[in-house]
Parts: sequence; C-alpha cells; structure tokens
Amino acid sequence: MADYRDLFSRLGGELRVINLGLESFAETLEGLGVPVLHVQWTPPAGGDPERARLLSLLEDEDGV
Amino acid sequence: MTMRTTLKRSYYQDSVALMGLARELRTGAGVREAAALMGTPANQTLMADAGLLTEEARAAGPNDLVIVVRADSAAEADTALARAELLLTARRTRVEAAGRRRPRTLDSAVRQLGGANLALISVPGAFAAAEARKALRRGLHVMLFSDNVTLGDEIALKRLAAERGLLLMGPDCGTAYLGGVPLGFANAVPRGRVGLVAASGTGLQQVVTLLAAAGEGVSQAVGVGGRDMSEPVGASMTLAALDALGADPATELIVVVGKPPARAVRAKVEERLHALGKPAVAAMLGREVAPGTSGALTTVATLEDAAAAAVAGRRGREWAPRAFSDPAAARHRVKAFRAARGPAGVAVRGLYAGGTLAYEALLILEPLLGAGSVGGNLGGHGGGSHRVLDLGADEFTVGRAHPMLDAALRIEEIASAAKEPDTAVLLVDVVLGHGAAPDPAGDIAPALEAARRHAQAHGRGLAVVASVVGTAADPQGLAAQTARLEAAGAWVLPSNAQAARAAACIAGEPRVAEALLSGDA
Repeated sequence: MADYRDLFSRLGGELRVINLGLESFAETLEGLGVPVLHVQWTPPAGGDPERARLLSLLEDEDGV
Repeated sequence: MTMRTTLKRSYYQDSVALMGLARELRTGAGVREAAALMGTPANQTLMADAGLLTEEARAAGPNDLVIVVRADSAAEADTALARAELLLTARRTRVEAAGRRRPRTLDSAVRQLGGANLALISVPGAFAAAEARKALRRGLHVMLFSDNVTLGDEIALKRLAAERGLLLMGPDCGTAYLGGVPLGFANAVPRGRVGLVAASGTGLQQVVTLLAAAGEGVSQAVGVGGRDMSEPVGASMTLAALDALGADPATELIVVVGKPPARAVRAKVEERLHALGKPAVAAMLGREVAPGTSGALTTVATLEDAAAAAVAGRRGREWAPRAFSDPAAARHRVKAFRAARGPAGVAVRGLYAGGTLAYEALLILEPLLGAGSVGGNLGGHGGGSHRVLDLGADEFTVGRAHPMLDAALRIEEIASAAKEPDTAVLLVDVVLGHGAAPDPAGDIAPALEAARRHAQAHGRGLAVVASVVGTAADPQGLAAQTARLEAAGAWVLPSNAQAARAAACIAGEPRVAEALLSGDA
C-alpha cells in the first residue's frame, strides 16, 4: 500500500473537480468558486450495463 | 382522463434533473400525474406500477428520455408536454449560453481542466465502477457517490487506489470535505482542527453540524463508504485516511463515525487510532458498544456525544454524556405531550430520511422502550408496536429519488402513521445542506400539520418530535427550517439522539421519562 501520510499536502491548496453524474453537484461547487468541469456523461454501450462492463475491460487491456 | 407521451431518443438526463422536471409538470393545470424517466427496465416497471407505461414508453431504450403525463383533458396533457420541451430546451440553452463546451468523457475532461485532482462520480451504479477505475488510472482521487456498486468492484477499486496512494471514497459515499470544499450532500461548516473519517454520510453531517454549533470546524472529512470496515474490504480506506489525518498538521483531533468494524478488522483500526499520537473519538454505532476512554481514544454511543467529546477534547475539558441539553424545558414538554396523548397512544413511529440517523434512533429507543419492541427495516429485534423506518433504504428508492431530495414517500408514510390509533409520536429528521432539497422542512410540514389535525379530530393528541441537521450557513438556513417545523407544531430538539429520547419519554412507560428527566440528567 502506498504511503498516505502526505495525502493532504499532495492535494495541495486547491481541489479541482471533474463531475460525472448529478449536475447539481457541479452547480454547487461552481457556486462556491471551486474549479469544476461537468462531463456531459451518457451511459456507454447504449445503456446496456453488461456490454458497458465488457467495453470497459477492453479499454483497460488497451492501457487507456 | 388522457395520457400523452414524449419520447426523446438518446437524450440522457440525470435523475435529480428529471425529478425536478416531473415536479414542475405536476403543477400544471389539469395534470394528475407526470413521470420523466430514462427508459431503463427498472423505470419501465415503475411506470407500469403507476399506470403510466404507455406503448411509446414501453418501446423506449435505457438512453431514451420518456415523459408521460396524465391529465384531465388532451389539451392539458399537450400543454404539459410542450412545457417539458421548453424546460429541457431552456436547460440546454443555459449551458450553451455560458459558452462552455462540455466534455463528453472523463478523458477529455482531464485534458480540458488542467490539474484536476478529484472525480466526483454519481452516475447510475451499474456504470460507476468503470468510471471510477478510469479516474484512478488517471491519478484522480475519487468520491464515489453512486450506490449499487458490487462488493467485488469496491475491493478491486480500493486495491487500485491503495497502490497509487489515492482516495476511493465510497461507494455510496454521501458526504466529504477536502481542503474546506464540501462534496456531495454536505452542510456549510467552518474550517477548523477536527479531522473525520466516516462510513456514513448523514452520521458525518450530524457530527460536523453539532461541531459547528459549538464553534469547531473541520480540517478534512474523508468518507469511506458503509462497507469499508467489513471483513472483505478490511478497512483499507479507513486506515489510509487515519494515516493521512495523523500526519496532517491542520488536524488536531480525529473523529471516526460508522458502525462497529468486523471482528477481524477491529484490532487494526483500534491499533491505528492509538498509534496516531492525536486524541481521537470513535462513534461506532452498535448494540455492543461500551462507551469509555482508553488512552487518547474516547468511545461514545451517539453522534451527539462524538461532537461533544471532540469539543471537550479540543478545549481540554471534562465531558459526560447528557440526555437533554435543556432538561427543564424537556420536562415541561414531555409532561404536556403525555397529558395530551390519550390512552391508546403508546407507539413511536420514526420516519427517517437519514439512514444512520434512523439507526441511531433505533439504538436509543430499544433499551428505553423494551428489547424487541421496535420494528422497522433496520434489523430491529422486534415486531412490536414501535417502528423506525429508514426511507432512504434501497427497497424504497428503486427508481425514485432519495427522501432527502423528494419528500413524496415520507409524506405518504406520515399520513398513514397518523391514521394508526396507537401512534403517540411521529419522530422525524430534516437534513439540510448543499445537495439536499431547497425546503425540506416546508416539504413535510403540511403533512405533519395534517397528521396532528387528523389525530385531534379522533380525540387523541399526536406529538411530532424532530431534529434538524444543519447550520446557519446552510442554503436552507437552520433557524428558518426549525421555525417552519415549530409552526407545524413540532418539538424540535438540538440533535437526533435527544429527539429519540424525547419520543421515548412521551410514548414509553412513565419510568422512562422519570429516569431521563430526573435531577439534572
């Protein structure tokens, strides 16, 4: 296991957030002045969870 | 009565946005019911149950948006659908007008936002693990708000995170604070010197809001997900967070919130807590917990006690648990409610939005009202007259929003509990903060008023006992939300633990109130 003792110093002064899912979370962070980018996420593989899982395993094998 | 459907192919919208849309449509003239859902099989079942599964809705795929309206006339249904179209277009236009080019994948987002360090993931559970894995591989910490992630995925994700020194907060992580930034469902609290590790979102919210009320702030709060301290996960994120907080110069005292760890991981967690070199408070809610102090570690039985022990620890003061913060006022209220409740009113009905708050209430009520007398959906030992329901549990939230966002289910439960002649007390929580509904007290207040009126009309008094988890700085405002509940006749206590005790004093045997309210208890 990696060392976590320096976690908060690694995180540094500023949180920079990528938001996937509920857009309201991104809106809250934006309102607080936190740098945030909301992803226009849509379910992969036409919304079929099993196909999406297989697809993500392939991506992992490609080292993406 | 007419039903009309709009089907928008490949038009994904998140569940909170769709809940807001459906709520807007229901306010339309002549509209009896409206649904706005993605066409997943689960949602189609839900629409079928509501009698809204039209032919078009049946033909929808998981990435198709379905809007169904049932209205008194065809014209009114069409008007509602036209309004839906306008609202969706307005949403799109707002995004485009802000001049933002929205990335469509995590990868392009990483390229676009330089220096990104955290992914906040709340996509549907079946897709969440894959996105979390991608984020970890790109060096991002992850807060995984999504639920319905398998245990196997959780273990694999936490292993990957641990290899890279990253946080994997979750799954089902509702609340966290990193570097002063509230994430997910989080109250507006000041920064300070207390660091927290939490396996429970609403548990964390209760502790940090009570800390804030006492003038103490949060350095960091790491959510770990409800299963982290189970044997298969082995507390991997709890231990990581404890290491990080132990070394964090901004953190002077550490609080751990959760349920008792599995036997196999308990020793590891306790050993780590003792080795931190900082005072620590453990609020592991469970039946077997023995409060006490061992070295720098204080073990407490309730969330309120966790906050009180932390405040005392910060200020070098002695501390002892107390049943009520204002015993004189409590005595007065209990006496009045007991006198009004009528001979049949003997039962507590806890109707909760916060899961950990519900569980805490169960743990407090059981010994006061009698072992085996409290039923509900939380593994209560009994099927007795008392009941505590966690309305955010999976069986209630399939295809619908959490009760912290949508009060519809709780309103139904309040009405049905009020009709039961043995109900003496309705016990409720109201959770404020970023992410929660804009006016949660206002959402349930009319139902609470109606419940009291109903009981009164049937010759019995019904007590409404509540607590509000929030701060003055929350968007909804603690004072305003408390006042709204009080205007509906509720007795609002400063914590969930006190509210549960108050409920037991009103509904229980006289000895309960005597024991909790005697002297200066």
